Amino acid sequence: MRLERADLLQIYYLMRLTRAMEDRTRTLFLQGRVVGGVYTAQGHEATTVGAAWMLRDGDCIVPQHRDLGMHLTRGVSPRAVMCQWLARGNSPTLGRDGQIHIGDMHHGIVPMISMLGESLPVACGVALAMKIRKHPTIVMATCGDGATNTGPFHEALNLATVQKLPVVFVIENNGYAYSTPTYKQFAIENLSDRALAYGMPGESVDGNDVLAVIETVERAVEHVRSGKGPALVECKTFRVRGHSEADKADYVPQELREEWLAKDPLKRFEDYLTREGILTEAKKAEIEETVKATVDDAVSFAEHSPPPDPATVADYVFAPDGPIAIIGEPGAEDTRYVNALDSRTGKPFNAMAETAIPQFGAPEEVGRR
Amino acid sequence: MSAVTYLEAIGQAIREEMQRDEAVFLLGEDVGTYGGAFKVSAGLLEEFGPERVVDTPMAEAAIIGSAVGAALMGLRPIAEMQFIDFITCGFDQIINMASKMYWRSGMPVPIVIRGPSGGGVKGGPFHSASPEAWFFHTPGIKVVVPATTYDAKGLLKAAIRDNNPVLYLEHKLLYRLPELREELPTEDYIVPMGKAITRREGEDMTILTYGAMVHQSLKAAQSLEQEDDLQVEVVDLRSLSPLDREAILESVKHTNKVLIVHEDTLSGGIGAELAAILAEDLFEYLDGPVTRVAAPDVPFPYAPPLEEAYLPNEQKILTAARELAAY
Repeated sequence: MRLERADLLQIYYLMRLTRAMEDRTRTLFLQGRVVGGVYTAQGHEATTVGAAWMLRDGDCIVPQHRDLGMHLTRGVSPRAVMCQWLARGNSPTLGRDGQIHIGDMHHGIVPMISMLGESLPVACGVALAMKIRKHPTIVMATCGDGATNTGPFHEALNLATVQKLPVVFVIENNGYAYSTPTYKQFAIENLSDRALAYGMPGESVDGNDVLAVIETVERAVEHVRSGKGPALVECKTFRVRGHSEADKADYVPQELREEWLAKDPLKRFEDYLTREGILTEAKKAEIEETVKATVDDAVSFAEHSPPPDPATVADYVFAPDGPIAIIGEPGAEDTRYVNALDSRTGKPFNAMAETAIPQFGAPEEVGRR
Repeated sequence: MSAVTYLEAIGQAIREEMQRDEAVFLLGEDVGTYGGAFKVSAGLLEEFGPERVVDTPMAEAAIIGSAVGAALMGLRPIAEMQFIDFITCGFDQIINMASKMYWRSGMPVPIVIRGPSGGGVKGGPFHSASPEAWFFHTPGIKVVVPATTYDAKGLLKAAIRDNNPVLYLEHKLLYRLPELREELPTEDYIVPMGKAITRREGEDMTILTYGAMVHQSLKAAQSLEQEDDLQVEVVDLRSLSPLDREAILESVKHTNKVLIVHEDTLSGGIGAELAAILAEDLFEYLDGPVTRVAAPDVPFPYAPPLEEAYLPNEQKILTAARELAAY
């Protein structure tokens, strides 16, 4: 794919925003303002933004906990993300769940659960619905190296090939499942080798090189869009921080961490863009300013949002009666359907509603070929 | 219109719902070409094609998980467990994925998970389960247990039309039982979930039960009338979640004695919750101890004498009822 200047700047912005959102989330955690666990993904930005960059309207992502970059690339509102971290009553889960366990199908996002790997069969179901209904869209489902060892990973990849489902599986191999290094998890070099066992194409790529990720995922997406069934991409990256912010990760050899810190995906892309004369000092300052303003706005919005009302603790266990729309088909947002709006609030699903992601460059420059 | 079996009624419900609503589809192991291990789905593949009658690999997490994904897209999948015992292989998809989805995201998950449950067919420890208590305890999923042919069809239709995960437990012993053959209405009908039904009226005692035990309880009630001159009311719960508390309280208020009968094991079973409800709400109405007849707290055994000893039956119900009646 040919990336225009505006695309490259937008990709850089999204990676930068992802990093900044997580840095701020960590600060909020250290200040005691995020009460639960915080899982961040420093080092994953090239993988998450690059992979999601290849999707179109109507496509669906099935992300995991280190995929904030994917959420932001698909248009999730930073405000919604911060409301979620800060357990606000207007968060996408209305304070019922934390972290980035958010999504809505109108925007093509399946909310994850903490049992990693379990989202992959669900991704198959979304793709099965697309196949049954003959939609021209695809699903991108992610998991870490840890989740590749679960039964649902196998069941999902197998079902996807047997049923020729339109799913791109993206494995983010970041070297560790909590404290467990990959050599204690599996005995193969490349997780993409597993694709062969299911009968789908598989490739491994440097997950810290956003342009390489885009190029590789593009091939997988092309395969999947052509109706030939699923494809797998392993993005090799590294979790340079702990499993959660409560984890010092002192089990990671210092030299290994240093090695990967030197391969920081943001720095690499920044150097490339600077070398190519795309990221000027002025543009960089503009992006930094926008990133800071976006994060500040998200935090401020969340902090000024109300906590959930304890009187609602028993609510929302069951969905109401009524017709259900088929997502992605004409009229699906007609309010006569139970799933057109968030029926808990009677308002639109709010993961994307609050703030739009700024665009860099004139609209005609943003167009992709 | 001829009388149909409980099993045929289930097949009719699936077929008619698939005809009525193109969002409805069936997936599971051997459901297509083979027509299902018990032939519940015989003929559906020919009628609806392989995209709506999906033969899956042997993979319950994938079956239930993909049903959840399709439901999020607005379809209404029916996920078959070949034997309900195998639902444990897809447990996480039910407990953590399906049942919490609407509550935390606002997106409905209209799926039905159904399959043959219950014992009495020499199925042994892995083909005889009554798994209702695990799911009864789980917020966000409904649980229904039809005891009659009419209910088998009507409850399944209601489950398919519901916007939530529903566990539909069909009892394999009832599938082809001749005495359960019934002529069903030609017009469309549902049996609403959350409504119990009184199968037999009486003044002296209430039996609260569901599933195959409804029939054992009715036999016992008849014997108690003939041999003990006792008028026993039998309430078929039909739906465990939501539970028809009103019907339960109504019945026990006028009989003042209650016997709870279920095929599942005793401790932490449905009966335990029913007993708690009665103790809390009807303390002053009770003239005897809330009594339970259930399977002992052991895994389901295979050998016929052990299975016989394990399962509640008419005789065990009679013994317990007589002890209770003596108060």
